Amino acid sequence: MTSVTALCQPPPLSLVASSGVSSEFALEIRHLRTTFPGPDGPVAIVDDVSLAVRPGEMLAVVGESGSGKSMTFLSALGLVPKPGRVESGEVLVGGRDLMRMRPEELRACRGSAISIIFQDPMSGLNPVFSVGEQIGEVLRAHRRISPAQAKTQAIDLLNRVQIPDARRRFDHYPHQFSGGMRQRVLTAMAIAHGPQVLIADEPTTALDVTVQAQVLDLIDSLRREAGMAVVLITHDLGIVARHADRMVVMYAGRLVEEGPVGEVFAAPRHPYTISLLRCIPHLDAPAGADLMSISGQPPLSGSVRQGCPFEARCYVGRGREECRGTRPQLEAVGSPAHLSACHFSQSLEEEEARA
Amino acid sequence: MSAADVTSTPLLKVSDLVKTFGTEGGLFSKGVPVRAVDGVSFSIRAGETLGMVGETGSGKSTLGRLVLKLLEPTAGTIEFQGTDVTRLRGGRARSLRGNMQMVFQDPYGSLNPRMTIGELIREPMVVHGYGRDEITARLESTMRQVGVDPRMATRYPHEFSGGQRQRIAIARALVLDPKLLILDEPVSALDVSIQAQILNLLRDIQRRTGIAYLFIAHDLAVVRHISDRVAVMYLGKIVEIASREQLYGAPRHPYTKALLSAVPVPDPIKERSKQRIALHGEIGSAASMPGGCRFHPRCFRARQAAREPSVAVEGWGAESLPSACVREVPDFISIATEHVVACHFSGLEDRFAVTTNEHSNGQAVAIADLT
Repeated sequence: MTSVTALCQPPPLSLVASSGVSSEFALEIRHLRTTFPGPDGPVAIVDDVSLAVRPGEMLAVVGESGSGKSMTFLSALGLVPKPGRVESGEVLVGGRDLMRMRPEELRACRGSAISIIFQDPMSGLNPVFSVGEQIGEVLRAHRRISPAQAKTQAIDLLNRVQIPDARRRFDHYPHQFSGGMRQRVLTAMAIAHGPQVLIADEPTTALDVTVQAQVLDLIDSLRREAGMAVVLITHDLGIVARHADRMVVMYAGRLVEEGPVGEVFAAPRHPYTISLLRCIPHLDAPAGADLMSISGQPPLSGSVRQGCPFEARCYVGRGREECRGTRPQLEAVGSPAHLSACHFSQSLEEEEARA
Repeated sequence: MSAADVTSTPLLKVSDLVKTFGTEGGLFSKGVPVRAVDGVSFSIRAGETLGMVGETGSGKSTLGRLVLKLLEPTAGTIEFQGTDVTRLRGGRARSLRGNMQMVFQDPYGSLNPRMTIGELIREPMVVHGYGRDEITARLESTMRQVGVDPRMATRYPHEFSGGQRQRIAIARALVLDPKLLILDEPVSALDVSIQAQILNLLRDIQRRTGIAYLFIAHDLAVVRHISDRVAVMYLGKIVEIASREQLYGAPRHPYTKALLSAVPVPDPIKERSKQRIALHGEIGSAASMPGGCRFHPRCFRARQAAREPSVAVEGWGAESLPSACVREVPDFISIATEHVVACHFSGLEDRFAVTTNEHSNGQAVAIADLT
């Protein structure tokens, strides 16, 4: 052993956006709209969301609970719980629209071309089957292989997700794994068929911080190896800062800001993003200062039917005619890749000084 | 125990507290006692905030419940304002709880859904025999203090959001004017924008009333924001206690160092130039406790120390580790004012090798799966 302790350091930010990212999209969502019935007609939980991820790229989807970030991707995969309904939109994976597929085509596509990891690593595994059997089942769902081949491939997968002693671990049951190891097993299942797109919905929220780092590093290295596009749904801006190339910020079912991670953190152009960044305690901020807080509560997605959904809590727009009456659209601010949906995105500094 | 205790009588003093769970056997197994809290000592002064951080299974929540006497300790003592309260029962335990209250993580589970907000906040006062006029006056002033309109007193918990419910839980805990509030993950179920509101509220209340907090949480940035001193727990033991500045600025225990390096900072430039210490394996479990220093299976410093010629080593799996780490429980060593650390090699200067992301993953995780 030459060095006992490794310090892990991610690549510098400037290199990230260009490395191994091609221009064709692995996943493209266009004008997706999902509604739930409400007392005054359908309520849009996902409201005209468009986004795209390139192969090898990690896109972070940021937002608070109820912002529609998970629902966007459940909608994309045809997994919206009843009585929700995808009203319109296209979801293109490798050029094919998932929305127009027949149920059996969609099932074949899920798990092979696009797959998803959820937050809770326990509920994704069946407690009465061994981990190896469950991975084998996933493998055999889309491919005709013998049990022996399935076992070999399952052990390979356990090795790829860096589970030590994979051959022995194959026969173990979920309760014999720790939370971090279970999340690795689920990751192994999700990548079993080499998907082009992996959606990770708060994959580490239930895990401790030291384990969280390991699982995210694993997802990061898998996407680099395989050129897989990753959508990381999270509320943790620290994780976004470390791992993602681009980010979108959601509020009340809509995208409010989108851009390269370095740009959005350095110069956020939507008051909600700005507030969000200021209200989290930092490990290196002067301790003892009060945190900025956003007044009020986030609205339920779709409950604000006109104007900007953030208006009631916004330090710039609260009570303003424009913000109450007209829904702002995403527009380029600064660079072409950086978009913000705010009437005042070009003059936020002056507006803030005035407020 | 430490330099932290030199001032006059602390508000709360906990000495060698132990809590063992579950000695019964199951259907297929013999019972193994789990030492959830294993010899914990610390103190809290009036008006200060002690942050208690640790990962799953560190025993930090059990500790909070022991201090409040919701659980009986297996051994050790708890002193409140200089009086031993470890074995108090009945009415005297109840009157103690007037001085010590608790706020739990889940604002959905901790409020009875069939009681109105007013009834919920009134209940502790009724139990403690307050007069009717005082109850009415206090109900109003406490609701104002936590930022909930007193006219809401007739509503039920389900009519409020998570953040508001946490305010109500805080009001219920504050209404008896306690001297110590134990907060168990009070903001971790809340969205970040709401979390900031609650943290600011807690700070305001402390400035106004001089109440002391035992703030239990896993989020190191949140704990730093609110605490004067911070204790770090690992598998039932405190491994380091220091002032906020010392603990975050000059951490000395290898676990504290690794934990701090793992927290992702919401700043891409800093975060991507940051070096993170890779730990071996995952957090152990209190049910199969490692002997000696319980951090040794994951510790980078033990592995470095093992290569010093003067250190006696022994085989541990495929590796050799210092005998001291494998066999002896480390005592607290005072290394600065109000800064104690439990490590056999607290004086050793840590040396790290830097790897880049592509190649570090194996090293970060592959050494041992301890579960």
